[in-house]
Amino acid sequence: MDKDIKVTLKVWRQKGPKAKGQFETYPMEIHQSVSFLEMLDILNERLVKEGKEPIVFDHDCREGICGMCSLYVNGHPHGPATGATTCQLYMRRFHDGETITIEPWRSAGFPVIRDLMVDRSAYDKIMQAGGFVSVNTGGVPDANAIPIPKKNADLAMDAAACIGCGACAAACKNGSAMLFVSAKVSQLALLPQGRVEAARRAKAMVAKMDELGFGNCTNTRACEMECPKNISVSNIARLNREFLKAKLKD
Amino acid sequence: MAEINSKIPEGPLAEKWTNYKAHQKLVNPANKRRLDIIVVGTGLAGASAAASLAEMGFNVLNFCIQDSPRRAHSIAAQGGINAAKNYQNDGDSVYRLFYDTIKGGDYRAREANVYRLAEVSNNIIDQCVAQGVPFAREYGGLLDNRSFGGAQVSRTFYARGQTGQQLLLGAYSALSRQIGKGKVKMYTRHEMLDVVIIDGRARGIITRNLITGKIERYAAHAVVVATGGYVNTFFLSTNAMASNGSAAWQCYKKGAYFANPCMVQIHPTCIPVKGDFQSKLTLMSESLRNDGRIWVPKKLEDAKALQEGKKKGKDIPEEDRDYYLERRYPAFGNLVPRDVASRAAKERCDAGYGVNNTGRAVFLDFSEAIGRLGKEVVKQKYGNLFDMYEEITDDNPYETPMMIYPALHYSMGGLWVDYELQTSIPGLFAIGEANFSDHGANRLGASALMQGLADGYFVLPYTIQNYLSDQIQVPRFSTDLPEFEEAEKHIKERINKLMNVKGKETVDSIHKRLGRIMWEHIGMARDEKGLKEAIAMLKDLKKEFWSNVFIPGSGEDQNTELEKALRLADFLEIGELMAHDALDRAESCGGHFRVEHQTEDGEALRHDDKFMYVACWSYQGEDKDPVMLKEDLNYQFVTPQTRNYKK
Repeated sequence: MDKDIKVTLKVWRQKGPKAKGQFETYPMEIHQSVSFLEMLDILNERLVKEGKEPIVFDHDCREGICGMCSLYVNGHPHGPATGATTCQLYMRRFHDGETITIEPWRSAGFPVIRDLMVDRSAYDKIMQAGGFVSVNTGGVPDANAIPIPKKNADLAMDAAACIGCGACAAACKNGSAMLFVSAKVSQLALLPQGRVEAARRAKAMVAKMDELGFGNCTNTRACEMECPKNISVSNIARLNREFLKAKLKD
Repeated sequence: MAEINSKIPEGPLAEKWTNYKAHQKLVNPANKRRLDIIVVGTGLAGASAAASLAEMGFNVLNFCIQDSPRRAHSIAAQGGINAAKNYQNDGDSVYRLFYDTIKGGDYRAREANVYRLAEVSNNIIDQCVAQGVPFAREYGGLLDNRSFGGAQVSRTFYARGQTGQQLLLGAYSALSRQIGKGKVKMYTRHEMLDVVIIDGRARGIITRNLITGKIERYAAHAVVVATGGYVNTFFLSTNAMASNGSAAWQCYKKGAYFANPCMVQIHPTCIPVKGDFQSKLTLMSESLRNDGRIWVPKKLEDAKALQEGKKKGKDIPEEDRDYYLERRYPAFGNLVPRDVASRAAKERCDAGYGVNNTGRAVFLDFSEAIGRLGKEVVKQKYGNLFDMYEEITDDNPYETPMMIYPALHYSMGGLWVDYELQTSIPGLFAIGEANFSDHGANRLGASALMQGLADGYFVLPYTIQNYLSDQIQVPRFSTDLPEFEEAEKHIKERINKLMNVKGKETVDSIHKRLGRIMWEHIGMARDEKGLKEAIAMLKDLKKEFWSNVFIPGSGEDQNTELEKALRLADFLEIGELMAHDALDRAESCGGHFRVEHQTEDGEALRHDDKFMYVACWSYQGEDKDPVMLKEDLNYQFVTPQTRNYKK
């Protein structure tokens, strides 16, 4: 049964991208049925009432789909729950007397903007390099013109479930964005509609990822462990195959 | 006062859109390059419009408040998208989708708009598949469908429980392609705070950069608002935390009509409210009603035991369960439209049959489906929703029935637009949930995605050219013009005023009070007395906000509290307009239920003789009551009937 617990929050505060940050400590009494972000809301209400500046953090849908929330909780992107975003984390995951450390994504590709808010525009730039099928609106064939084996459609959907939150790169010791890139490359490579541009896409997205300072993949699988949508590293294998095939054609 | 001209094309219903497209004015490719269009918002409507317009050759400036266009709240839509493909061979057609939508909207939408929506629905599915949207498929490789409320055919396409996400990512990929090509200039973390009008036409916007706090000016030949709905007026809703009505509201204050503001949708299947700390409500997809059965106990003593925690749902024997939707509406059963299902839940809970500690919940039970289909099949269909439910409530829905209750979800009302999706301000367009156009008094499930994408991919890119065709000689506007100067000054004064109140109340504490007034008086059941009280209370609350709110930090920096305060200032006024509209509409229709107007068995009672119109509200100035103009709805092709989901 959920009950009231006392926890100590150690929260990263940083005024701006170039400012020096530090941890600040906040004691909290909280009911376990409260969500993690609602706990931060409550803390922020308290800070505002004390005339202090609230903790800045990204969040929006609060149902695990928009990919906006991005907290490192006790060293794990999105905290201790598996297959869940920070906004889907509830305080029943923590026990009385626990100290909870909250940090922003720590990755070269995601510079801190303020407190717990980071800049993830690099992921958008990778998508702009090739994460699409080049069709204009209108003039496309009937949706049922090309049958797609259910198995492929399901695999494509598994990959397409990525929410672009950045947990994969934040979890990776190399700061690699391979899981993110491979999810999009896989989704589109598995479908006949995306197959046409598969080679160009794989090369363009990987090149952009390298250019933006993301690291290489050394198969530690930390990304898969921390991914809130359980995106599989088998997508990385598929990306590697697509990339090699494309390079061999050059 | 100007006449309302909806610009509906002549001709038979099925030929209106074809005729329009055949005769509208176009802009040639060389001239498209000389024209700039601002699109505010990157949800289904905004992203699809921005991408399509850029593909055609226009220069697009696209704005969103999130850190990426992919995070707009369309992403959270779960269930599906309707289209009249008739792939299931169950008798579907464009006409039937049109008819179901207009009937579902309780005959308060425009026939011509709704028919066009049904017509283009099929193009949407084709487009999304071509983009690589992984819709669910059958073993034969063709697309699968499911049923949604208010329909007797299976016409809903879906991608697991995350259809909105997949459709939005499709539109986002098309948008990303245009950003990469330099045809769309993307501005993330920018919030529109005003629209700039020059010589009576919309020519630009003022935004606040949410990272630097800087007020910025942008000019264009036309402005498209795709900023979603305003149900966060209620504080608690299924909308995302930052979803707001401010962009649309600023358009209203600059002269655009606001249509049917009282028409908001209360979704029947959400996780019930738990406590004061709650920040939002989570929707459980309508698709669950395909297999879940909704019930409360037949006996009051069982309900009491459930409320006190002495019994659990599974302790109530089958014969003591009241499947009230199946009982009241045998023809549609658990798949009645949302407004009907929500009211029925409220009716049972008001009568004392609620099943949780607050008495504000009913059961959604899958035990029959698990028995019929097996746990694995149920898991395949709804697994992610069940997991989400368990994470939030700590209850396992495979073993105990889910508890659900209605919550605010969608606004059918919004900026008034004509057939071309243009507001009453020339050059200002509104698409998606931000406009009022297609859902009448109630939206059917899986129709929001359809409308957002219809507007953005297939309607606006045509109709906006009819406006822009005579703008090709108009040179680009300078943002140094006095109109921009004036608008920026006004915004800065407003921010200064807010920062300098230095009162004692936090933004959220006032927003929660607003939400309670809205829910109590302008929620699922409304009456004249309550609405009048609400207007007085909202005026007082607005005064208190402007004299007692406290915002820390600076106006010229990143400031989350200030962002929330600017939105709340508008929500307070939107709430009041909703009350005025609800008061004026002395009938019950769709999501708008006036307790004075109901049949003997508690069904909504429309008064077509008096209220067959769209209420178009016109702003008259600070602290003045708004004026309402009527757009009469002339039904020429269908005969409005009392909605009947019983047989």
